[in-house]
Amino acid sequence: MSDAAHAHPGHHTHPTGIMRWLTTTNHKDIGTMYLWFALIMLFSAGSMALLIRTELFQPGLQLVHPDFFNQLTTMHGLIMIFGAIMPAFTGFANWQVPLMLGAPDMAFPRLNNWSFWLLPAAGLMLMSSFLLPGGAAAGGWTMYPPLFIQGGISYDLTILAVHIMGLSSIMGSINIITTILNMRAPGLTLMKMPMFCWTWLITAYLLIATMPVLAGAVTMLLTDRNFGTHFFNAAGGGDPVMFQHIFWFFGHPEVYILILPAFGIVSQIIPTFSRKPLFGYASMVYATASIAILSFIVWAHHMFAVGMPVAAQLFFMFSTMLIAVPTGVKVFNWVATMWKGSLTFETPMLFAIAFVCLFTIGGFSGLVLAMAPVDIQLQDTYYVVAHFHYVLVSGALFSIFAGIYYWLPKWTGHMYDERLGKLHFWLSVIGMNIVFFPMHFLGLAGMPRRIPDYALQFTEFNQIATVGAFIFGFSQLIFLTVVLKTIRGGAKAPARVWEGAEGLEWTVPSPAPYHTFEVAPVLSK
Amino acid sequence: MSLAQTGKYYLPQPSLWPIIGSAALLLMAVGGVMILREIHNGGWVLLAGVAILFFMMFGWFGEVIRDSEAGRYNKQVDASFRWSMSWFIFSEVMFFAAFFGALFYTRVLSVPWLGEGDTMQQLWPGFKATWPTAGPGLAAEGYQFTPMVAWGIPAINTLLLLSSGVTVTWAHWGLKKGRRGQLIMGLAMTVTLGSVFLGLQAYEYHHAYTEMGLTLGAGVYGATFFMLTGFHGFHVLVGTTMLIVMLLRSIAGHFTAEHHFAFEAVSWYWHFVDAVWALLFILVYWLL
Repeated sequence: MSDAAHAHPGHHTHPTGIMRWLTTTNHKDIGTMYLWFALIMLFSAGSMALLIRTELFQPGLQLVHPDFFNQLTTMHGLIMIFGAIMPAFTGFANWQVPLMLGAPDMAFPRLNNWSFWLLPAAGLMLMSSFLLPGGAAAGGWTMYPPLFIQGGISYDLTILAVHIMGLSSIMGSINIITTILNMRAPGLTLMKMPMFCWTWLITAYLLIATMPVLAGAVTMLLTDRNFGTHFFNAAGGGDPVMFQHIFWFFGHPEVYILILPAFGIVSQIIPTFSRKPLFGYASMVYATASIAILSFIVWAHHMFAVGMPVAAQLFFMFSTMLIAVPTGVKVFNWVATMWKGSLTFETPMLFAIAFVCLFTIGGFSGLVLAMAPVDIQLQDTYYVVAHFHYVLVSGALFSIFAGIYYWLPKWTGHMYDERLGKLHFWLSVIGMNIVFFPMHFLGLAGMPRRIPDYALQFTEFNQIATVGAFIFGFSQLIFLTVVLKTIRGGAKAPARVWEGAEGLEWTVPSPAPYHTFEVAPVLSK
Repeated sequence: MSLAQTGKYYLPQPSLWPIIGSAALLLMAVGGVMILREIHNGGWVLLAGVAILFFMMFGWFGEVIRDSEAGRYNKQVDASFRWSMSWFIFSEVMFFAAFFGALFYTRVLSVPWLGEGDTMQQLWPGFKATWPTAGPGLAAEGYQFTPMVAWGIPAINTLLLLSSGVTVTWAHWGLKKGRRGQLIMGLAMTVTLGSVFLGLQAYEYHHAYTEMGLTLGAGVYGATFFMLTGFHGFHVLVGTTMLIVMLLRSIAGHFTAEHHFAFEAVSWYWHFVDAVWALLFILVYWLL
């Protein structure tokens, strides 16, 4: 793709030690910080999940107080979404978008630094709320009133933390969109851009469109709590259901924010290890855009049980099912890319294939839930928990693992330990299915979510799930080991780490120098 | 593609301002929560946060202005600024959309629902679901308020803001034609109109609270009224402040006929604030 990759050693002198990280304007430094932050949050919120699963090992209450259980489910959700998955994808965007576009850095390097450093502030507010009187917020990550209006100091702190994380997302997204639209190397037209950049362009658009709506919703919570407004109080003419409408107008695009970058990563990896170009590139772009547009008109499928007019239920049911069409196009294209390819199964490819299979299971259970009459039964059961963990764990998180294994050699200059990587993969994929597959049965049998106790007949499946959770959770220590080992040493990685890899990022040396593409590369096609 | 054609992108040096800004927002959030929960010294923490935020803005914007005046921003950077400002304004549109959505939802859906059905008759007999309303519960307790009508201060404010859109455009013409006097005059007029608007709105709020029983607590009408006009007013305040900075910079001789995106960004923002007001005037004040 490129025949000129000038990599000059940095002629900016940059501070060392802690000041390097506090003041950096370098997209690689900032990407690294995002990824480490995400990993720390993954382990924090993951520990909460293990506490939840331990409590649920047996019926009855044995380990934690029910209110603390609710704090755990609330914070597990908020921190995984806003602290782990989203920052991890932003970390990828920081590292890869400039490298893939042949740009010297992000469009606004200082703003980029601010977008990152707002996250630890918000993370601190969320985590420290466990230590405050009354404990952390326990109203669920969806923050529904009236429950969320009644709690104590942690609820206010959580609302403001959401504001700060939203600010970070909006600034980060403006930066990414501007970089993609304005800083591509000459000749790199939008329709020649790597899929990862396309998916992030559309994700950033979704973030800018919906994060302010979430900010509006939680602002109304804050004023209902503290300043006497009646947005969500029927006595004053308001409606608690209105919060759900505003929240899910954000919330549904949000789930695509959590998955579109995953589509992008997988669309980079599958062609590499199939040694074939991505099948149906243009249709991938249009499918991604269609998913994004549809995501704005499906939100009330999260609320079938609140009592909507039948016409509204039908509209939201059919519009939701429509999303299966572009998603199906994507899955078809990934499979068609592998068709008759010369496949090899290194760890990134294994995670990518697991992504395609398991994300599709999550997609199918999503279709089941999209049916309004079925959803009335399944609303707030473990079936929903199973569904969104299939798309978020074996979807979003697996794509993050895939991406880390894929690009870590480029970032560090060392190959990771393939044997440990494969071990991590197999333990994760087996553990993950042991945790979440039985939850389908629990949900169909009627076990409600977010409750620390359950009826006796649910015991076996819960015990299986808990065992799986510990397998899955502790296998992530292998991942940490692999990452640390790769940073410290290992076989030297060449510039083009993978035989079949295409794209500008493979034209710079490994590890990628501190400054890349200070002069725009020349594209030869 | 040679260097001359692609240009060399401007890469800023490492900067302390972002981390200072994060510290400021953390202090503001914690201080704010302390005030709400009546913990001692919350006010001081909040104040410290605000002070640090202002310090950060002075420092950071000052750096950007010096870079710009030194000619370090090429055409590509200029285009980046244009894209980012457009997307920022789009995010603001969506923020207001949340509150306009709440207004629509309550007026068109939830308030009428409160006036129909057997349950509602049992809960709040005699409640008439009309707009504006403080809601059935408050009405049953005898809560009364007078709604804000359009043809008084709000109409004057509409005229003020629409005129300010004209004056800022006139100032822009002056800048593009190299007439600095017209630029400064136009900006000064715009700042004046914005400030008078804010003064009148402050008076209107005072009147609402003291004479009309119209407060944030006046049911969903009071909530949507104050949150929509309040956030708009805050945006006018920010816009006026930015216009004052543009005025001072114009007096100091900044900007050229070709290179003045800071000014354009502020005028885009100002027109956006104008457009929000037009919607507010029609949907909140006029169509009662």
